[in-house]
Amino acid sequence: MDQLLQHGLNALMLGGTYALLGIGLTLIFGIMRVVNFTHGELYAFGAYMMYALVMLSGANFFVALVLAITLGAILGAALEFVLLRRLRGADIDTTMLVMIGAWIALQNAEQLAWTGVAKSINNPFPAAPLVIGVVSVSWNRVFVFVVALALIAATYGLINHTRLGKGMRATFQDRDTAALMGIQIGRIHTATFALGSALAAAAGALLGPVFVAYPSMGDLAAAKAFAIVILGGLGSIPGATVGGFILALVEELGASYISSGYRDAMGFLLIMLILVFKPTGLFAQKERIG
Amino acid sequence: MKGLATTLWVLFLFSLPLWMGNQYLLHVFVVTGIFIIAAMSLNLLLGYAGQLSLGHVAFFGIGAYASTLVSLGFSVHITPGTVLAMTPKPVWCGMLAAVVAAGACGWFIGRLAFKVRGAYFVIVSISFAEVVRLVALNWVELTQGPMALNNIPPLTLWLPGLGEHVFWKKPANYWLVLSIAIISYLIVRRLVRSRAGRAMVALRENEPLATSVGIDVTRYLVLATVVSAAMAGVAGALYAHYIRIVDPDVFLFIYTVTMVIMVVTGGKGTLAGPVVGGIIFGLLPEVLRAAAIPPEAQWIAYGMLMVMVVFFLPQGIVPALRHWWQRRQTSAAIVKAAS
Repeated sequence: MDQLLQHGLNALMLGGTYALLGIGLTLIFGIMRVVNFTHGELYAFGAYMMYALVMLSGANFFVALVLAITLGAILGAALEFVLLRRLRGADIDTTMLVMIGAWIALQNAEQLAWTGVAKSINNPFPAAPLVIGVVSVSWNRVFVFVVALALIAATYGLINHTRLGKGMRATFQDRDTAALMGIQIGRIHTATFALGSALAAAAGALLGPVFVAYPSMGDLAAAKAFAIVILGGLGSIPGATVGGFILALVEELGASYISSGYRDAMGFLLIMLILVFKPTGLFAQKERIG
Repeated sequence: MKGLATTLWVLFLFSLPLWMGNQYLLHVFVVTGIFIIAAMSLNLLLGYAGQLSLGHVAFFGIGAYASTLVSLGFSVHITPGTVLAMTPKPVWCGMLAAVVAAGACGWFIGRLAFKVRGAYFVIVSISFAEVVRLVALNWVELTQGPMALNNIPPLTLWLPGLGEHVFWKKPANYWLVLSIAIISYLIVRRLVRSRAGRAMVALRENEPLATSVGIDVTRYLVLATVVSAAMAGVAGALYAHYIRIVDPDVFLFIYTVTMVIMVVTGGKGTLAGPVVGGIIFGLLPEVLRAAAIPPEAQWIAYGMLMVMVVFFLPQGIVPALRHWWQRRQTSAAIVKAAS
């Protein structure tokens, strides 16, 4: 029972960052109809920026976190501007191929820049864990969880209570009508991609100091983000939030009660099961023809 | 005229090992040939049926492992009490097993995945490949996991006039791969020019319309997947018995990407596309290596090339060349008519 509680807590802590990853991906898909294969690279980018700022330049941990997220947003906006702007209206397979190309180029650029050796990042939190009754959790993880929740709340606020968010929601519902109503679709797309990328970079910047940064870390993150988004239904932000926590729980339980070697397979198995039994995902109303 | 040119080409390709002494180049050709077979199989799905399968390397790897395990033999515990064992069988049995195993997986994935389309199909196919890779990595009793299966025997065949022939050397493997590549090409050509092939293209172009005239969507898509998977399985088996070692890295996503780049650059939905793309991307790494470019930079170039191709040559090289040639012919005819 104690063990189960501990697994539940671990899953909760991890779920926050998974939800960040999922929300970023689902936003981009929902509003732009783009399957963003570079999502994992933005995640890795966030982690490497933390490494560069904290370990190489000696910047303050919290300042570095804000900077890493901002740089992620800038890189995302640049990617959208250079690659996707001219493909607006192209079919989904075409944009997918372009995003795959960008993914390969980015990942290898990371490997070239930082070499294949994994980099660890120091954090300023006390090493002794926080003990609550029978369970314990490290302070760093608590921080990650709190920041992730704050970012999720900020994203909800942005989408539901700002003018930009209103434009995004309108574009999501019907791009052409939104354009006719005077919404600058190009600007909405750039903002969406920047926001999604910033969330991915935030997840990387938060988890980088928990684990280590290595060039192919983005692949697993991207795969998990896809699992989360499919679980919640493509384009559904509440779905992605809940999906993040579900995936973390399934992984945690699967790793401890089935086999730790298959930890990362859980997400993929979940994708296949969901697509067989409940193809619309748990929360989406839209149908599944991409 | 066209038939003569083709015959000359085939003869030229078959005679290559007789006069080309460079063994390393021959090795590059063998590997390129294997990837061309895989790319042709992907083209059937991507180019004709219009489904972007990003898990294609799974079929390649399953073929490699199936053939290896049958020819090496194995014994695994299914449950703690029961043991499933198999004594080593001749390599050609392994290759047949590769076709059957990959085809069966293709059938399974086809049935499973064609409930969904587009982005969903892509993600299902990636997930499938990753699950298979993790199984190969973790089921150590069967696959040796990261320790790899090695000492894989080369193919032994009874050939008329030669007797028992072991495919040890590079020329023999070159002829083997070339023959199978030509057979695969003919199978793909036969298939896409048949009723089934036209049905696939109809599905690619307009699925609701195709359904409305009575084309059974699932049936043809599953057919395409099974043939495609089986062919990729053969390529995998050839690879395993040529390289003679197979580890879970054969499932790496980067191989799928290589196949996709070959097909897209050459021209998806054309018969010659994967061959042209395969030759370019089979030889390009060697050229880049000769120029002492690190592999990361090479992959960056690949990624950027992929983006460029989509932007500037969305149909691929073969259709672009054909278009250019036709225009030249027409303008030449006009000039002739005018004079």
